[in-house]
Amino acid sequence: MKNILRINNVSKLFPNNVRALNKISLEIEEGEIFALLGPNGAGKTTLISSVCGITRQSEGNIKVKDFDTVTEYKKARSEIGLVPQELTLETFETVWNTLVFSRGLHGKPSNPEYLHSLLDDLSLGDKKDERILSLSGGMKRRVLIAKALSHEPSVLFLDEPTAGVDVSLRKTLWNMIRSLKKSGVTVILTTHYIKEAEELADRVGIINQGEILLTEDKKVLMKRLGKRKLILSIESKKNSIPEELKELNLEFGKTNSTIIYSYDSKDRNSDIFEIMSRISNSGLKILDFETHQSSLEEIFVDLVSGRSQ
Amino acid sequence: MNIYAIKAIYIHEMSRFFRTIIGSLISPIISTTLYFIVFGSAIGSRITDIDGITYGAFIVPGLMMLNMMTSSLNNGAFGIYFPKFSGTIYEILSAPVSSFEIVIGYVGAAATKSILIGIIILATASLFVDLEIKYPVLMLLIMIMTVVSFSLFGFIIGIWSDSFERLNFIPTLVVTPLVFLGGTFYSIQMLPELWQKITLLNPVLYLVSGFRWSFFGTGDVSITTSLLAIFLFTLLCISVIILIFKTGYKLQT
Repeated sequence: MKNILRINNVSKLFPNNVRALNKISLEIEEGEIFALLGPNGAGKTTLISSVCGITRQSEGNIKVKDFDTVTEYKKARSEIGLVPQELTLETFETVWNTLVFSRGLHGKPSNPEYLHSLLDDLSLGDKKDERILSLSGGMKRRVLIAKALSHEPSVLFLDEPTAGVDVSLRKTLWNMIRSLKKSGVTVILTTHYIKEAEELADRVGIINQGEILLTEDKKVLMKRLGKRKLILSIESKKNSIPEELKELNLEFGKTNSTIIYSYDSKDRNSDIFEIMSRISNSGLKILDFETHQSSLEEIFVDLVSGRSQ
Repeated sequence: MNIYAIKAIYIHEMSRFFRTIIGSLISPIISTTLYFIVFGSAIGSRITDIDGITYGAFIVPGLMMLNMMTSSLNNGAFGIYFPKFSGTIYEILSAPVSSFEIVIGYVGAAATKSILIGIIILATASLFVDLEIKYPVLMLLIMIMTVVSFSLFGFIIGIWSDSFERLNFIPTLVVTPLVFLGGTFYSIQMLPELWQKITLLNPVLYLVSGFRWSFFGTGDVSITTSLLAIFLFTLLCISVIILIFKTGYKLQT
């Protein structure tokens, strides 16, 4: 797959000597959904802003569809749509006018049919002539997305797209993002809501303190860094783990009537049936068992806190 | 050239003017009428003709300049300040649009609004006094140059401002006094000699005088000096704007 975005050795040093980005290199494939995860102040928005031209990088270069964002900024920016984190809209404008403005700003001739279908896709068709100040927060979020798509970009940046959005709208937005991917749009989203990345992303990048810690296919990442747990319910509460099971590093659960065995699914020595057999042979009667795969959130927390390599 | 972007910015800015069309049009009509009642009739009737021009007619170019300068300054400043204030500036900065195109869109709209206001004042004034414009083409040229230069100046103020207080600081505390003291309602020949010399340091004098010259063929300074002053002021504003976009001052981080 061809790379649609190439970020090469980009750093951003603010005048107060804060290094927001530190030699970041990143490549995004055409047509993928890429989730950029990171804690507050990690550099997510600065990175997006550098690509879009809102922030000037101190060093390095960025190419969108082979167009340099500094020397060929017009061509590069024509390919980009940006949905900012904040609900920044001119409240006295109508939905339609703000869309027409955005399309024109990106150098595209008027196309009412496309804009109408865009509004319909975002369930805003009946709000076309409403002033933005009369819309709910969720509708404003959709207006921002419509504005970002008004010039038919090939790369869409979504900065925290579902922040402050209710569950129902969140699912609607997720479906919309999936359909955008199907239509060939490359989506790059930043999110705090890791479930979102888990649901949507093809690849995940983790950024912290201005550095990319890793980029990985989401499934591979979860398999590689994910831990599994075998949780066993035992018949009676115990105060200690039997001596012959010490080498398994078992832990008690919240109550002493459950014990937990953590293992790596790739580890050939971690045959859970053999483990259960050993536990049973030690005199503990197993009533029930379940397994648990660590979520992307747990992996993220481990990575950011430096617990995973 | 991204013509669509220029058009989008221009229409967007003009729509703000038309959203408040009643206030935009009625306000200059009322203020002009009041000026004519106070200065034209009440006080003006006691002032002798200046260079053979009745006082009522004499103040028309000054009155137009006063309103057009204030309007260009305010519209030029507010046009770019408001997106900064509301956060929507991100869209301008991330669009495939050059600084030149941005300036044409915003300054073009601010200048258009000010010319409309100038025309309204001229029309209202003509109801009160007999007016004959001696050099209409020159009048139009000075009008355009003035509104463009003051819209550019306003644009600079809008970028420089990071609060509404700052936005009003220069127009209220610097420009308004300069406009009132720049021969808007009087000829500097009516002042004592020392004040005449001091007034020559006021750049607005050259604009008002040049504009008055296009109406009556007479002014406080020569028309060449006036045109040169407007040209230099426009050039200065353009240079500052080029510098702003080159460095990203108060726009990009």
